[in-house]
Amino acid sequence: MTAPTTYAWEIATENLRVKAGRRMAVDGVTLKMGRGVHGLLGPNGAGKTTLIRALATVLEPAAGELHLLGGMESRELRKRVGYLPQEFGHYKRFTVREFVAYVAWLKEMRDIPAATQRAIDRVGLADRADDRMKTLSGGMIRRVGIAQAIVNDPEILLLDEPTAGLDPAQRLRFRELLTELGTDACVVVSTHLVEDVAAACTDVVLLSQGKLVFQGTPADLTGQGAEHHPGDSPIERGYSAVLGLPDRPGTW
Amino acid sequence: MTTNHPSEPLLRRYARGDADLPADQLWAVEAHLETCAPCRGRLAPEPIAEAVWAELLPQLDSTPQMPRSRRRYGWVSPAAGPWLAAILLVTAAAVVLDRIGFAVGDRVSVVLLVAPVLPVLGVAASWSRALDPAYELTAATPRAGLPLVFRRTAAVLGVLVPGLTIAGLVTDVGFARWLLPCLAFTLGTLALGTLVGVTRAAVALIAAWAVVIVAPTIAFTRTSTAFDAEAAPVWAGVLAVSVVVIVLRRMTFTRLEANR
Repeated sequence: MTAPTTYAWEIATENLRVKAGRRMAVDGVTLKMGRGVHGLLGPNGAGKTTLIRALATVLEPAAGELHLLGGMESRELRKRVGYLPQEFGHYKRFTVREFVAYVAWLKEMRDIPAATQRAIDRVGLADRADDRMKTLSGGMIRRVGIAQAIVNDPEILLLDEPTAGLDPAQRLRFRELLTELGTDACVVVSTHLVEDVAAACTDVVLLSQGKLVFQGTPADLTGQGAEHHPGDSPIERGYSAVLGLPDRPGTW
Repeated sequence: MTTNHPSEPLLRRYARGDADLPADQLWAVEAHLETCAPCRGRLAPEPIAEAVWAELLPQLDSTPQMPRSRRRYGWVSPAAGPWLAAILLVTAAAVVLDRIGFAVGDRVSVVLLVAPVLPVLGVAASWSRALDPAYELTAATPRAGLPLVFRRTAAVLGVLVPGLTIAGLVTDVGFARWLLPCLAFTLGTLALGTLVGVTRAAVALIAAWAVVIVAPTIAFTRTSTAFDAEAAPVWAGVLAVSVVVIVLRRMTFTRLEANR
């Protein structure tokens, strides 16, 4: 059981604008996200990574408002956030346990060994916990990335492309883990695999060219599509419909 | 006050933790047990439970504790380790060059020449996006910020200053001549880093070192005036300005901009 919160939404943005370099990559996004799994969809360059970086407070918004956990002081806030960057850089000489423990230390946690073990267990790497990272496969590295993000039992969990490099069985297991995490945290998952969203997300946020073009349930998104829209599944057709993709095979 | 003590069967069911014990009876027994010592005494230990515990206890004692990490990461950035080793190697190489009177003639000390640029490498390794693969993860954590900056910088200096001190003793270069430039370059890298990113700051300062210190040395085969006693106030000024800039712009170390 979790204590009631003193804010309405874990993540609330109002006309948020964030720059990536000189380009305004997130251009006036108004969003509200509560507990659950939020799938962040959009074509490449839509501003997904920039939005997630702003939510992780490593990029300063250029304009607009961003309220995380009711506008908490930044250091306290960061203790309650888990973040998996798109390029998950790691130290090859570290073992899995050392790396996750290092991140737990950076998150100023107490009882680091136990929390580390728990996080490693949850991603199914207990048998490789004392192996060096350079001996792991790409999918396992991804899972270490997820382990370091959940080591502090975050209230806001930001995962940028977490399913890249996972094999189909691992992706199924990952969806289960997402559903589990979404029951008492606000999980934001950026992906371009529409079927991941259909399977594991309670809510879909669709970005295009820095603007919010859709927020609703996966069923709502499916409902947007019609037979003539391009895509292999109903939800993909919904995705194409919202983005207004032309039905011309061979075009990008 | 008359009290109804729970009956023997009821108490046994409570002790066993029967699931079908009605909630009102359960609460009544529990509330009664809290205040009635004799009834607590009647909760005779279950022989089976005792046996199970007796068997479990030795195993519980031998349950492995969570292994602690052997790696120390509180001070040195995990990315900086090899660079610190490199710094010591360069220092040692400079000592050797000085001893055999190689390179730039007898009047110039190589140790003195490399002293300012060595910490720049260590600081860059601790913060630069190019050298630290986990820079984005680190920047997003609560520990990112001024305290971590100073820890990592102290770690760099903690390796460098003793190394240079020994090198200075061996080659007879005064402590006072290299310490200020060395500190000024260290904090200068960080201060400039808050403005343009640590990678660019490191590149800029290494270029400045080449122009201000190495070039005159080669051109005139004498140690650059930058190491003269008259230059000390300039170095001290650079140091002071750097500290002020770092403190004022400390928030950039919690964002990606400092890693550029």
